Formats: sequence, C-alpha cells, structure tokens
Amino acid sequence: MGSLIEVEQQPDQQGFLWTRLDELVNWGRKNSLWPMPLGLSCCGIELMAMIGPKFDLARFGAEAARFSPRQADLMIVAGTLTWKMAEAARTIYDQMPDPKWVIAMGVCSSSGGMYDSYSVVQGIDMILPVDVYVPGCPPRPDAVIDAILKLQKKIERERPFAELFSGDNFDEGKGSERFVRAPNHGVPTTRSHELLEPEAKVPSEPA
Amino acid sequence: MSTLERVQAALAGREFTSSVSREGTLVLEVEPAAVWETVRRLRDMAGFDTNTFVTAIDRFPAEPRFELVWQFLSSAHADRVRVRARIDGTNPHVRTIIDLFPGTAFSERECWDMFGIRFDGHAGLKRLLMPQAYEHFPLRKDFPHQGIEPDRLYREWDRARRERPVNRDLPHTSEKH
Repeated sequence: MGSLIEVEQQPDQQGFLWTRLDELVNWGRKNSLWPMPLGLSCCGIELMAMIGPKFDLARFGAEAARFSPRQADLMIVAGTLTWKMAEAARTIYDQMPDPKWVIAMGVCSSSGGMYDSYSVVQGIDMILPVDVYVPGCPPRPDAVIDAILKLQKKIERERPFAELFSGDNFDEGKGSERFVRAPNHGVPTTRSHELLEPEAKVPSEPA
Repeated sequence: MSTLERVQAALAGREFTSSVSREGTLVLEVEPAAVWETVRRLRDMAGFDTNTFVTAIDRFPAEPRFELVWQFLSSAHADRVRVRARIDGTNPHVRTIIDLFPGTAFSERECWDMFGIRFDGHAGLKRLLMPQAYEHFPLRKDFPHQGIEPDRLYREWDRARRERPVNRDLPHTSEKH
C-alpha cells in the first residue's frame, strides 16, 4: 500500500513484485483459509464465537466458513468424534479438494480426552492427518485463532511446486501426480497405516 | 389405601415378594415367566397406567446374572411400583410387554442394545445406539470399557471403500454418450 502512481503516464515506473512462485501461492493459501466446521459437541460453540464479531476470525482471512466440503480447505474437528461418526468425518475430509489441512480442536478430538471409552475415537489422527492440535476443554477462541496462525506458519513452509514438479514419479506431461487421487481413495494417515492395515507394515523377509 | 394394599389386592393369589427400596418405592420380586401377568394386573386392577422405564442390572458374576427392572407410575394415585425379575445369563430372554405398554418398545430395544437381553415378541428388536453390525453389549460387566476392537467396523468400511472399483470417466467424456 502507499501512494497511487499513475502508471499510464509513467510507463517506466510500473511497479513489479519479485518473489518465488511457491511463496506467492503459499501467501494466497494461508491468508484465505476457508474452514469447514465439524462441530461435534461443546467445542462447536467456541468455534462459533471465534468466527463471530467478538473474536473476528476475519482479521486472519479465515472467516468464510463453508458447510460444503467442496468449498473448504481447512477442516476444524471441534468436539468428540465417535466411531459411529468416524465414517462421515472421513468422507467429508475426502470430499474436500486439495490442498487441505485439519485442526483438531479440543482434547476430545486430539486424544479422546476424558472419553476413554469404546465409543470414542482416541484422537482423530487415527483417521485423519492432523496439522495442528489445540488443547482445552473446550479451548478458548483465542487458542484456536493461535492454531490458525500456527497453521499459516506451517503453510508458509510448504513447497507446492516442488511437490508438483519433482519426485520419483515425475513425468513431463503429467507432473508428479501427487495430488491426483481417485474418488473414495483418500490420503492415508500415518496412524491409520499402523492401525488400519496391519498387514502392510509386516517387514519383508530378508533374502 | 396404601400402595402395598392396592397391589396386594390386584395380585391376590399370585406369588411375589415385596420390599421397599431406599427411597421408599414399593419393589415386587417375581419370576420372569410371571412378569407379563403381573404387569397386566398392575395396569388393569391397580391403576398403574404409565411405564417409566425398562432397564437391566448386570450382577456378574452372580447367578442368575441379570436383574430386569420395570417401573410403573399411577397418575391417579401418584405413586410408583417397581417390578424386578432375575434372569439367567446364558440365554437371557423375557416376554415383552409392548402389547400392554407400547411405549416400552424403545426401552426394550435399548436394553437389547446395551445388555443383549432378548424380549420375546418384540418385532423391531434391533440396535438402537450402537451400529447395526456391532457384536458386543457395552453395559455388560465383562465388557472392557475401552471396547473390543472399537475400530473394527470403521476399518472394514475403510477397506471396502479403498477396494471399490473407480470409474474415472466422466459421463460426458465416455464413448457411450
């Protein structure tokens, strides 16, 4: 921002920006996160307060809460995720377009919390890849805003074009295909590999 | 006329033992086979017109294992009566009372869901809170509180979803159209 320059009259002084394409993309992504609120219990109330005028998430560009996963890129799992709800949560996550991030809001979604129980997922990282965990029961809206700021820092460190244009499977025509996924074949999480496919981690016998 | 006198008049000639619970409610102990007839007489002859709940208590490892409890309310007399019956743990079942009190259908279904007690004659006895394919009964005392393979149904769903064949052709691009 600054004083406006009439570029028509001074073509030799046209402003330009010198940056890396990765940084430009990350700058756009981190300042326009569109959250998909998955309010499962009392944390959802704090989530609403966070988006509302008092805490005003719009200051950080993430106030456009979308209730369709197709229009969102940040999933905020706010509250207790039960195993019965886990299939729905995973389906919603898979329906979100890339790139996408997940915030586990509150202890219930971070670790199961006080529900050391047969019906509750003991941490949503059993089924989803979590970027930021927020402790608290429920956390204050400030804490979740802090998590979003931390997520913005994390997005700054990403290398979107390095992922697209390099790697073992890189092809001149297709790129790395790291973001090309068939429907219903979502991203596996680290913990879901350990937990859900026990046969996959059996080491092969040395010859 | 006290609650006990009214109940004794209604159940004249039938076997039951009565006691009074800690908070003063009349409790009748009957045989499981006699529950239906007892409840019918309480409803028709003693004025107990509302069923408050049907539930069970797991007395594991005591035998007989389950203690079923029905509580009824008389709105005319403003008093309550509780009917209890002990049933065996190997094949727990008891006759339903939904023909007397249709509202007990949900309570009995929940009792099946949580304790695995079958109510003979209940047409819609399926899972109420737990997933339909769930195999265990969570409120039984020998059920671990962290569950038995709590992620199994999710894992099966996840595997089926990943193994499902995918049609990558959009309708307007495939050659058939």
